[in-house]
Amino acid sequence: MNTPASRAVITGLGVVAPTGTDVEAHWQATLAGKSAIHHIDRFDTSGYPLKLFGDVRDFVATDHVPVRLVRETDLMTHLAFAATEQALADAGLDPATVPEFDLGVVTANSSGGAHFGQSELQKLYSEGPYAVGAYMSIAWFYAATTGQLSIRHGARGACGVIATEQAGGLDAFGQARRNLRKGGRAVLCGGTDASLTPYGLVAQLANGLLSQRDDPLRAYLPFDADASGYVSGEGGAIMVVEDADAARARGVDRFLAEVAGYAATFDPRQQTRREPGLRRAIELALADAQVRPQDVDVVFADGYGVPRLDLVEAQALMRTFGERGAPVTVPKTMTGRLYAGGAPLDVATAVLAMRDSVIPPTVNVTSLAPGCRIDLVRDEPREAQLRTVLVAARGHGGFNAALVLTHP
Amino acid sequence: MPHLNLDELKQVMLRCSGLPDQASVEGDITDVTFEDLGYDSLAVLEIASAMQRTYKIEISDESIETMVTPGAVLDFVNGALKAAA
Repeated sequence: MNTPASRAVITGLGVVAPTGTDVEAHWQATLAGKSAIHHIDRFDTSGYPLKLFGDVRDFVATDHVPVRLVRETDLMTHLAFAATEQALADAGLDPATVPEFDLGVVTANSSGGAHFGQSELQKLYSEGPYAVGAYMSIAWFYAATTGQLSIRHGARGACGVIATEQAGGLDAFGQARRNLRKGGRAVLCGGTDASLTPYGLVAQLANGLLSQRDDPLRAYLPFDADASGYVSGEGGAIMVVEDADAARARGVDRFLAEVAGYAATFDPRQQTRREPGLRRAIELALADAQVRPQDVDVVFADGYGVPRLDLVEAQALMRTFGERGAPVTVPKTMTGRLYAGGAPLDVATAVLAMRDSVIPPTVNVTSLAPGCRIDLVRDEPREAQLRTVLVAARGHGGFNAALVLTHP
Repeated sequence: MPHLNLDELKQVMLRCSGLPDQASVEGDITDVTFEDLGYDSLAVLEIASAMQRTYKIEISDESIETMVTPGAVLDFVNGALKAAA
């Protein structure tokens, strides 16, 4: 079944995010413009310059996962277990019915097992090496979630993890589509991150791009004249992505969306004056999907919230679509940037937007920065027929990715 | 001289890995393999680590490989404690 023309379709969604611990809760909160960025209460931040985070509340891992497995894995994996359950139910797919080598798992990850790691590192430096638990060896690293989902669901097909920071969530879809083209039937695809621990925050602080404001309404303002950096958050989404023929063969008659186009680029070195890679990623993804800029009904922007990076994105969008040439939105203003979970959540939100013909809003942005001549959908959702959606994502270090989704 | 019995070992097993999915730890599990009890190799490593910390004994990687049942753990630990006494 090695047909280059085989199509990758999304058949099931699962979400665990600051805005909601299931798909509909997240979507309703998003349409209502309800921000889930809070003052950090998971530990005492008085010694840290960061005060805000988009945390997942009311999530009890043992509601979704046996307690033994909860103890052997990190929060990032718990969130993925729960999201995967939702996605499989939504897709009506029982993994046991898929031949084991035809089901794969591709997730993105950026922070590793920060909660598990925090507690084990504390044991290491306060009690010595023998106090460190054996499960640290498998709970901490980027690929833990892919591995655990693979074991839990008997998915012995092509599996992998992508570590390209926030771009990874789109790169995972690109990889899933590649795997399906090589002969797979289905892929559990997406990403989650959970970095709200002392060392997790310190690691993020090092990039110098986080906002240090403590007003949740004024901290993370992509494309705003008053932008001061981003706020981060935890959570993400997992989707069932299938080969369209295989999905039809098992009785799926309605797909949620098609993964129609994908591209990734890497930025040139800062010392050169060459154009950053985002515009080219968008151009290549549109070409891959065989759609023209004027066919795009909405752009789910990367929305870094860092002034110079916002300008790069605005210029990429203006050069591609013309000034205010396509509606743009950043619903992640309600959750913060979720690293490897961010773009999968955008994909899930985009699928819901296409389903309900409504663009979710960007919140808290009050005044566009000069140079950002884009049609940003602000405060209120905007009704619109959505057949073609572009999702953009960038990862710290130079990663750019773009994904084109089409409504079936 | 300190001594490890099956009940104490069961407490350690439950603390290290939570409740296993498969068989429970009820009854005389002395000669039931860890695999049958639902404890994988990392879980056994975890149990061995706890033994080393609590009883201040050395357990080599090779010795851990021989610990296929709770009984084997009891034999090893009590043997080491006796030797140290």
